[in-house]
Amino acid sequence: MAFEGLADRLQNTIQKIKGKGKVTEQDVKEMTREVRLALLEADVNFKVVKDFIKKVKERAVGEEVMESLTPGQQVIKIVKEELSALMGGDESRIAVADRPPTVIMMVGLQGAGKTTTTGKLANLLRKKYNRKPLLVAADIYRPAAIDQLETLGKQLDMPVYSAGTDISPVEIVNQAMAKAKEEHLDYVLIDTAGRLHIDGDLMDELIQIKSNVKPNEIFLVVDAMTGQDAVNVAESFNEQLDVSGVILTKLDGDTRGGAALSIKAVTEKPIKFAGMGEKLDQLEVFHPERMASRILGMGDVLSLIEKAQENVDEKRAKELEEKMRSASFTFDDFLEQMGQVRKMGPLDELLDMIPGSNKMKGLKNVEIDEKQISHVEAVIQSMTAEERQDPSIMNAGRKKRIAKGSGRSVSEVNRLLKQFDEMKKMMKQMTNMQQGGKKGKKGKKGKGFNFPFM
Amino acid sequence: MSFFKKLKDKFQSNQSNEEVSYKYKEGLSKTRKSFSEKINDLVARYRKVDEDFFEDLEEVLIAADVGVSTVMDLIDELKMEVKRRNISDSQEVKSVISEKLVDIYYGEDEEDAAVGLNMQENDLTVILFVGVNGVGKTTTIGKLAHQLKSEGKKVMLTAGDTFRAGAIEQLSEWGKRVDVEVIKHSEGSDPAAVIYDGIRAAKSRQADVLLCDTAGRLQNKVNLMNELSKVKRVIEREIPNAPHEVLLVLDATTGQNALSQAKTFSEATNVSGIVLTKLDGTAKGGIVLAIRNELGIPVKLVGLGEKVTDLQNFDPQAFVYGLFADMLDD
Ligand SMILES: Nc1nc2c(ncn2[C@@H]2O[C@H](COP(=O)(O)OP(=O)(O)OP(=O)(O)O)[C@@H](O)[C@H]2O)c(=O)[nH]1
Ligand SMILES: Nc1nc2c(ncn2[C@@H]2O[C@H](COP(=O)(O)OP(=O)(O)OP(=O)(O)O)[C@@H](O)[C@H]2O)c(=O)[nH]1
Ligand SMILES: [Mg+2]
Ligand SMILES: [Mg+2]
Repeated sequence: MAFEGLADRLQNTIQKIKGKGKVTEQDVKEMTREVRLALLEADVNFKVVKDFIKKVKERAVGEEVMESLTPGQQVIKIVKEELSALMGGDESRIAVADRPPTVIMMVGLQGAGKTTTTGKLANLLRKKYNRKPLLVAADIYRPAAIDQLETLGKQLDMPVYSAGTDISPVEIVNQAMAKAKEEHLDYVLIDTAGRLHIDGDLMDELIQIKSNVKPNEIFLVVDAMTGQDAVNVAESFNEQLDVSGVILTKLDGDTRGGAALSIKAVTEKPIKFAGMGEKLDQLEVFHPERMASRILGMGDVLSLIEKAQENVDEKRAKELEEKMRSASFTFDDFLEQMGQVRKMGPLDELLDMIPGSNKMKGLKNVEIDEKQISHVEAVIQSMTAEERQDPSIMNAGRKKRIAKGSGRSVSEVNRLLKQFDEMKKMMKQMTNMQQGGKKGKKGKKGKGFNFPFM
Repeated sequence: MSFFKKLKDKFQSNQSNEEVSYKYKEGLSKTRKSFSEKINDLVARYRKVDEDFFEDLEEVLIAADVGVSTVMDLIDELKMEVKRRNISDSQEVKSVISEKLVDIYYGEDEEDAAVGLNMQENDLTVILFVGVNGVGKTTTIGKLAHQLKSEGKKVMLTAGDTFRAGAIEQLSEWGKRVDVEVIKHSEGSDPAAVIYDGIRAAKSRQADVLLCDTAGRLQNKVNLMNELSKVKRVIEREIPNAPHEVLLVLDATTGQNALSQAKTFSEATNVSGIVLTKLDGTAKGGIVLAIRNELGIPVKLVGLGEKVTDLQNFDPQAFVYGLFADMLDD
């Protein structure tokens, strides 16, 4: 991404201060200006930024920064504290009605992700809380909106209430309520059509549904990529419907997501969940702290660690490491290792989560290429078991066969073999070094070394 | 302000242009009002052009999603211009502001700024639609199919989104509404294969235009972007010079991320134009300025609603006229 994180932004001023050894009010002003730009680049609404900067400045001009030996760090600390305060704590509880069914209504602009999130929530309710939800197709406007929800219902093997498009959404919801009660379904999730907050007629429709069924939750679904307009949308939906919470979708993208801050600031309603993909299990609890880091471009280290823990089999990882050390590492092991890395998700996404990774020139140029990984996998998969265990038996005929089997060129096969060989040599060297107890000195060969998929 | 006079004259002398600009004024009335009102407010509030003035101007532009760096550049240029011309009265600076904003829209050559779709005269035109999730690709295809059909063209659609639930049904429904044929496979099949079949069918039925839908995808998903490049290669292989347009659909409510979208989708598919949707909302669509300024990709179509007729060819002059109508009137 072209965006610089806050830490990068503050570098210049910090360098200057280091030269002088004294922090002036002008320095603080410069730093808060950088904070302002960072937030604006992250799509935080300019009014929200203004209020925020005022608070930061007040604290910064006080002793906290001016007296500090590390003013840059101090500014970042203040900003993060203030951001976290504004964003609030984790809050992912879902309401439960005293008398079932609990009713949840999804509202928002067109294309925000309401229908998909309805499916995700239903999935979560069943999986985590052992509930029996009914999905209600109350979007009679968008072409095939009902098909979309019904398809999701099928994927989840859950009931969907629909009544075609010739009947009003208000009536559909009434009927669905009756059905839920009859069949003892304990959650009713209403998928409504996308609409503009300024569309009076359609907003009235939601108000009417609300007054009829008195939902226990009204979730405003917002696209994380929304720009300055997020405040207008959130404010308006909230004014008209008094929403109970917000769900931020498409956070699996590379947007900074400043809209989160804007929405929280103007509605004071908790952001409860985050959409992290198109699949029905990709709904996560929203973590305000992490969001604060993300907005500032400080990386999302916690999510990275969590992801790694979730998906990597630690015991196998240890075994593989042991094999590497003992240089008995084979192509089979290599394949498995790549599989482990891959399970953690798209590699570039992982990279994005590492703070400063977009600043590290080396990493940027490396550009881990998933296609390349698939090619490597294809080549290895086209090897016989024998070849994988002992690549030294490789000859021209075998290479040709592998190339043909994997759809890659012979030269690609050659390259992989060479790289694998180098990798093993490297490992040996590193192991020797470690065993020799020498510290620090990097193997000379290490410099030009590349994983085959980089 | 002779440039604006020229603009104004152009619209007043030409009936159809008047209609177009009216549509824009309608659709963008909120945009126009808030935007130019704010600049007027600004000018009214300040009699002198000083630091505070520029700070507030900066905010007005940022609030319109113009993009931070574009705004910063613009403000710098304005400051220089104001100094050069020795302007201290805020009324005077207003014309400089408009000039500069218009400059960004038009770029170097004002005349070429309104770029239509690249249609083949007597041959099949293939248009590929790409973009992130939920921006309005499928809907735009429906609207464009309607527009082209009413121009007398034989239009076909192909359902390249085989992933999202209900995507194929959605395009089929548009096909029914507009009464054009839709080539489709089942959910989960290979998108490149559907598009390939679409081209084959369009050729054999001697269609004039084939509109290809694709699944929404976030630009940081390398695998999905590769898939899109593959779809484009399939089209290239079947018809030299095709796709004749690769249209990136952008949601006007999107903030700074739209730039990253434009950049990455261009790398993967060589985007030839932008469709800016949902301008009927309260989002300002100022991102167009940033994209034209930083990437030079022209906006070709504008979405102003969900109905089949809510699509306009992007006319930068009308767009600018809409944005600045109030300012031109006084
Ligand atoms: N990558 C990603 N895509 C998402 C996410 N949530 C939804 N989508 C996609 O966004 C697009 C729009 O989602 P929908 O659920 O149809 O949105 P909607 O709000 O119901 O749309 P309308 O009913 O037309 O207003 C689809 O392509 C979804 O697959 C998410 O968290 N991540
Ligand atoms: N208000 C308004 N809504 C629009 C406009 N264009 C599309 N929409 C709505 O936006 C939502 C998403 O549109 P789609 O055409 O499904 O978007 P898409 O890009 O094909 O979505 P995916 O295929 O899921 O990625 C639908 O509810 C459309 O009716 C527009 O110009 N104005
Ligand atoms: Mg929907
Ligand atoms: Mg679509």
